[in-house]
Amino acid sequence: MNIVVCVKQVPETAEAELKIAAGGKSIVEEGLPLQINEPDNYALEEALLITEDHDGDVTVLTLGHESSEEVLRMSMAKGAATAIRVADPVFDGGDGIATARALAAALEGVEYDLVLTGCMASDDGNTQVGVALAEVLGIPHATYVTQVEVGDGEVTVGRELEGGLIEKLKISLPCVLGIQTGINEPRYASIMGIAKASKREISQLASGDMGLSADAVGEAGSGTVLEELTFPPAGEGAELLEGTPPEASGKLAEILKEKGFV
Amino acid sequence: MNEILVLAEHRNGELTDITFEMLGKAGELAGAGGATVAALLLGAGVGEMAQKLTGYADEVLTVDHGNLTSFNSAVYQPIVAEVVKSRGPSMVLIGNTAFGVDLAPSLAVELDAPLASDVVGIVVDGDTFSVTRQIYEGKIDARVSFREAPTVLATVRAAAFPVEPGTKSGSVTEFAATVPEEPAMRRFVEYVEAAVGDVDISASEVIVAVGRGIKEEENMALVEELAELLGGVVGCSRPIVDAGWLPKDRQVGSSGKTVKPKLYVAVGISGQFQHLSGMKAAETIVAINKDPKAPIFSAADYGIVGDLFKIVPALKDKIAEVRA
Repeated sequence: MNIVVCVKQVPETAEAELKIAAGGKSIVEEGLPLQINEPDNYALEEALLITEDHDGDVTVLTLGHESSEEVLRMSMAKGAATAIRVADPVFDGGDGIATARALAAALEGVEYDLVLTGCMASDDGNTQVGVALAEVLGIPHATYVTQVEVGDGEVTVGRELEGGLIEKLKISLPCVLGIQTGINEPRYASIMGIAKASKREISQLASGDMGLSADAVGEAGSGTVLEELTFPPAGEGAELLEGTPPEASGKLAEILKEKGFV
Repeated sequence: MNEILVLAEHRNGELTDITFEMLGKAGELAGAGGATVAALLLGAGVGEMAQKLTGYADEVLTVDHGNLTSFNSAVYQPIVAEVVKSRGPSMVLIGNTAFGVDLAPSLAVELDAPLASDVVGIVVDGDTFSVTRQIYEGKIDARVSFREAPTVLATVRAAAFPVEPGTKSGSVTEFAATVPEEPAMRRFVEYVEAAVGDVDISASEVIVAVGRGIKEEENMALVEELAELLGGVVGCSRPIVDAGWLPKDRQVGSSGKTVKPKLYVAVGISGQFQHLSGMKAAETIVAINKDPKAPIFSAADYGIVGDLFKIVPALKDKIAEVRA
């Protein structure tokens, strides 16, 4: 069972205060650590677990700048056999659908039984690539997947719906699954794995190698165009309690007392 | 502008809120462009729901067939594509729900139509739509336009738009679509309800909820103590369940529990919309977070910006003081 996992490098923003860069179309990434998109990390782990039980190899595939090779190397350190980077500036600024087309072209000639992606990207908030990729490849899909059981020529998956309801489906192979966080416990790479992966080769693909013309990919080939980034309107928002931690906490304790909570 | 088509969503025979939220917005946009709103309703035995939709859409298109009993994007997609090709709407709105995100991207590829996901705002200028999306976990708004196309698609975030009273009196039309059999490549098996644990957080009047900011499992005691002091229970956002530090039934948010306690204290939770949608109806909301721009502060009544590892211990002391 050979599995391709599509991964993306993203800036870690959950705990950070963000700034919008000059030009208004990107954030200031300086000072933000770069890491694998969190759902992609769960997708990689799921692929490694499946190949441990059912043989086969894991290939990691990314579309991104040279820095994203770090994510590929870390994936190889954990057990991925091969890595491919779609490495061509013409892919910059592509939306989810354009990215799916590029990834599908990169999979030409790669043998796979299953393709896993994260179900969502934490940077652009999109939930498009996996589902669109399946359509471009002409194979079935499911996303928001929190359970995968491999059967004979098919997988039984659980999709997480609103309220935690699970929808069980049987999907024939090959297929694309968008993996949700929490499906497993992602492993850490060993020191020895990291050392070995640092010497491994990463295949590079440019648009020409993939038979894609420059105007069909990246920003030019996207149906949506990013115009401007702004901070969300503040709205009414919270009454902020100022002061040192004891001062602010003192004010909050008084409010909680007034309201009868303490 | 041609019509705006809204894909109705329903569960257990009931239309969901997102359907009416999208129809309200569609009505506003269509009204500005002298166009009409059509609702597309797929399912088995949809007559009653179709009647309800006539208050919110100029035309309700139904495809009523036994193969549409459960949602399966592999069955829905060719039907929605056929309707779009036949009607040529200027815009199609689909919920950014577990249902919609499993359908919209593949539909967009099939139709070769632009797609914007998870939109929270839509404006129209003449025939040109642009949308607002939230990126970086709700911390940044992105204004996005579409390349020129006969039809553009958008998936709409739940609760982004209000439900307006239905003032239309639309007609119901049965759309003669080719309804495929459920394909062998993707078959529905069953729905499984979420497991029920020992604590029902939705029954508690006080919830102290913890998020990613708590950093390590060993720090969880901090919020457990605060919850105990306030006579409440501990809830959490998704990352805590993903890490295995609390069971799924403690998760507050769209894929977890919806709660309405008297007091909700959010500790180290940035407040992505999936979380906010599960707790914003709480009577009093307190947020403690180190990022002053975290979306949780927009939902909260009271906030403290700072290091939770300093604030929570100080707060425990102060609560003990005011109680004494």
